[in-house]
Amino acid sequence: MAKPGHGSDGLELSSLQDLYQQVILDHYRRPRNKGPLEGATHTLTLNNPLCGDVIDLMLRLEGDRIAEVHFEGKGCSISQASASMMGAILKGQTIEQALAIMDTFTRMLHGDADAAADTDLGDLRALAGVAKFPVRVKCALLAWNCLDEMVGSEKPGS
Amino acid sequence: MDTPDPTLDLETGPAYDIERIRADFPILGRLVHGHPLAYLDNAATSQKPYSVIQAVDAYYREINANVHRGAHELSIRATEAYEEAREVVADHIGAPSASEVIFVRGATEAINLVAWTWGAAHVAEGDEILLTKMEHHSNLVPWQILAGRAGATVRYVDVEADGTLVMDDYDRLLSDRTCLVAVTHVSNTLGVVNPVAEIAQKAREADAICVVDGAQAAPHMQLDVQAIGCDFYAFSGHKMLAPTGIGALWGRREILEHMPPWQGGGEMISEVRLEGFTAAQLPHKFEAGTPNIAGAIGFAEAIRYLQRIGLERVHAWESDLTAYALERLDAVDGLEVFGPRKDRVGVISFRYADIHAHDLATILDQKGVAIRAGHHCNQPLMTHLGVDATARASVYLYNTRSEIDALVDALGLAAKLFGVA
Ligand SMILES: Cc1ncc(COP(=O)(O)O)c(C=O)c1O
Repeated sequence: MAKPGHGSDGLELSSLQDLYQQVILDHYRRPRNKGPLEGATHTLTLNNPLCGDVIDLMLRLEGDRIAEVHFEGKGCSISQASASMMGAILKGQTIEQALAIMDTFTRMLHGDADAAADTDLGDLRALAGVAKFPVRVKCALLAWNCLDEMVGSEKPGS
Repeated sequence: MDTPDPTLDLETGPAYDIERIRADFPILGRLVHGHPLAYLDNAATSQKPYSVIQAVDAYYREINANVHRGAHELSIRATEAYEEAREVVADHIGAPSASEVIFVRGATEAINLVAWTWGAAHVAEGDEILLTKMEHHSNLVPWQILAGRAGATVRYVDVEADGTLVMDDYDRLLSDRTCLVAVTHVSNTLGVVNPVAEIAQKAREADAICVVDGAQAAPHMQLDVQAIGCDFYAFSGHKMLAPTGIGALWGRREILEHMPPWQGGGEMISEVRLEGFTAAQLPHKFEAGTPNIAGAIGFAEAIRYLQRIGLERVHAWESDLTAYALERLDAVDGLEVFGPRKDRVGVISFRYADIHAHDLATILDQKGVAIRAGHHCNQPLMTHLGVDATARASVYLYNTRSEIDALVDALGLAAKLFGVA
């Protein structure tokens, strides 16, 4: 059977390679924290009606700390990898810390270089390449929009 | 405007002069991300030839005025051009009279018009509206809304694994409770061509009216609404070389005449008193407000352009291209094409290994290849196929084999990026 030819890979290749880094494909193919979450205190499903991506995010809060994050969902590599990476990074964080990470992550997706250098983002920094593909930002943010809707208003003092 | 001769010679003979046709479409000459554009998203909307762009331009430069209301030269000329456009559309689809052609924004508005007028007047509690599982949301949601208001039930004819209609299921579901059958002529996801004449005939025998959604058929085939035998035919101009925001609804005169008007306003009345109004004659009764005059003129020009080439020749060109595309795509390891292999148009949905359609579209775009990814306003069909999204390449009269090659090459890049063996 034939394999399609590769043609000549121009400049676009480096942007695409930034977008589809190994770590992203790895999270896409072997998602972490995927599946039901026992004792979930918060669950929310959001979809992206344009492309059909769906994320069902589950949290278990203990006090104001995130004990566990799981998700279910389907969609593109960006939306699914972002949801998969979220669990490891948020586990053990307070809501306030989680929202701060979300803020940095969002700034990174909009091309903020300082945000992209912030080590608090961990694996999420692999998604920095999304900034060059503005229509894909909403894919990367889908799981985070769930988080924001669930606990965004629970900031201490608000 | 300094443009090439927009008119395609009737005498180009049997050869399909693809270079000449491509030269008629200014956008086809542009680069996207440094690559020649390979525009394979025609099922979403088509590109426009110079002649259409010029017709719209000339309207605004030379005769712009409101229609049906002025006694001055420009208004008379604009009205003539607008009404002549209606004649062109009517002739093109074999309508018995231009007064049966209503200008609308597109197929969506055409279907909504039927649902809100005929539907509101005739659909009652306990009635059934019969659709198919392959309908575009435009030919589905308006009926769900109508059913919800009227207390009617919507039922759906099943589709086979290859996307073709299960006609036995149609026979089974069609009953004396069925008041309306609405079906797409061509599937916007799988390219299936439905036997609309047979469907319309059976609907008539069951005393149901038949609405055909022609949005994906009108661009590709010679139509004859009387031969189809349906009661309404809806289609959009923008998918057949015309500007956006213009389309047509054809309806049978005796049905249109008994339908209540839809939107109220200027243009649709013959007389207004404080106690009430008298609706205008057909087709104005259904055209409230200032219409899309430039759009209608562009629509007529698009049809003239298609007629100059000849829809039979367009069809032959596209059939060959579709066969070539299917052959090339089928030869890619791990790629699955949905839909039937014959009796179809060149709307080709596929999935490739575990690469999500949205990722494919992003990668292909970087190579200048424009396709659509997602559910294509066809969620129930997607669920039926067991996929949540497909990639869709759709061809039109100006596409070439080398653009199909560009598509397949770009899939190679996707395979490389995703490490697909
Ligand atoms: C089969 C079908 N019906 C209806 C429509 C709606 O057409 P429009 O958006 O032009 O109203 C489309 C367009 O996508 C279509 O493919």
